[in-house]
Amino acid sequence: MIKRLLAGPVSGLIVVFARAVTAVRAIWPESGPPRGRSIYYANHSSHGDFILIWAVLPPWMRVRTRPVAAAEYWLKSKLNRFIGCDVFNAVLIERNREKRTRDPIEEMAGALDAGSSLILFPEGTRNETEARLLPFKSGLYNLAKARPTIDLVPVWIDNLNRVMPKGEFLPIPLICTVSFGDALKLDPDETREVFTARAEAALLALSPKQEGTSK
Amino acid sequence: MSAAASDLVLLLIGVGGVLVFASTIGFVLQRRLSPDGSNAVIENLNARINAWWVMVILVGLAFIAGRIGVVVLFAFCSFAALREFITLTNTRRADHWALAAAFFVILPVQYYLIAIEWYGLYSIFIPVYAFLFMPILATLRGDTERFLIRIAEVQWALMICVFCASHVPALLSLDIAGYEGRNVLLIAFLIIVVQLSDVLQYVWGKLFGKTKIAPRLSPSKTVEGFVGGVASATLIGASLWWITPFTPLQAGLLAFIIAIMGFFGGLVMSAIKRDRGVKDWGYLIGGHGGLIDRLDSVVFSAPVFFHIVRFWWSAT
Repeated sequence: MIKRLLAGPVSGLIVVFARAVTAVRAIWPESGPPRGRSIYYANHSSHGDFILIWAVLPPWMRVRTRPVAAAEYWLKSKLNRFIGCDVFNAVLIERNREKRTRDPIEEMAGALDAGSSLILFPEGTRNETEARLLPFKSGLYNLAKARPTIDLVPVWIDNLNRVMPKGEFLPIPLICTVSFGDALKLDPDETREVFTARAEAALLALSPKQEGTSK
Repeated sequence: MSAAASDLVLLLIGVGGVLVFASTIGFVLQRRLSPDGSNAVIENLNARINAWWVMVILVGLAFIAGRIGVVVLFAFCSFAALREFITLTNTRRADHWALAAAFFVILPVQYYLIAIEWYGLYSIFIPVYAFLFMPILATLRGDTERFLIRIAEVQWALMICVFCASHVPALLSLDIAGYEGRNVLLIAFLIIVVQLSDVLQYVWGKLFGKTKIAPRLSPSKTVEGFVGGVASATLIGASLWWITPFTPLQAGLLAFIIAIMGFFGGLVMSAIKRDRGVKDWGYLIGGHGGLIDRLDSVVFSAPVFFHIVRFWWSAT
């Protein structure tokens, strides 16, 4: 009960803090912000990634948008559980194939069926390499296959890896942008390889040119 | 009401009048030339005028709040400007602690020194101590890649965005005989002259501009705009002598120096934008771009204005 009451103000504070540090700005495609249920799939380089996506979504969309996150991290402590489950209302999936008891694709599809949008990081882990994007895991394809009518919206998060590099706890104030692309859908007879290449290319196309803002 | 307060109120009413006039012109132009919002120049003009309302109200509130209000306002300006500047630099992960120090130690300490009016330290804190300690912090992580470029960029960012900008509230600490309690009007004088110089260069340039003055740096700046803008800002500065400790002639001369420094400040900051391949420093102020796009002329004129006044007028 207390948790439920706290969740609203805490999420508001997190968004205010994220905006104060990053002055984050959304860049929408010409067709405007996506309407209705979508899967936002984004590059992943920082723990704060989905907070930025969340922060730029209009509030009425934000309440219906759930990040997909690793259960082992967000169930680790009481605080993690409060932030992950109550504040962010994350769809928690078990990453360990051998030990897991529930199928992640079913969990995500269930959340979509219940009317939520999802934020998904198809690289599967944080990108700590020099490459702009890691090869996608199969999750995005499998989910698209399970719910083929849903819009897949590529989202490029720029600069957040400089705000809070791995292993640092103090964020550096730098301006970040979150660029949304036009939605894609899985073609009925598309193979996993073809679809994944198309989805990766659509995401990379949103990354700003590197000159001047090199890492 | 004290003389200073009544002068301030008079000044704010005057500026409000100018803005009402500008908004009226913007409205008429929009009705005539851009009823469907398709004329980019008119839309940008109106976005700029609206942003001016917000800026004037914020600065006015800070003035009414007094010393602390002005110091806090400029500390926030420095924060936003530094954030815009560092975003465009080549920092690497090894700079994390140096950058954290810039934002969370050096910036607040500089403004604290301004607030307690410790001239002997705030005027050397960044040029000497930050200059020496920031590279030391950067070496601790052992990354030598582009080392000189990285430390030079961070020092430059601190000088422009924090050190120079902090000379605006530093005007409050000057002791001028017969001008006690009125120093906030000195800030008003500086800001009004330098910003009107920018605006009038833009207006003169839009009306009569033909000859580009620095085509490679700033294609929108023209000789006609420069001459007209600086000349009219000088006249306006002279006519504002009654809020300053200066004679009309002195006020005009100082306004001229402020306008010239502001113009070159704009050019220097444009050169950096070209180098980094961006059009604006950011998106903070609708129609204007980033905060640095508005502050560039202030940061270049403030230290020069401060030291001229300190040398010839101040007792301390």
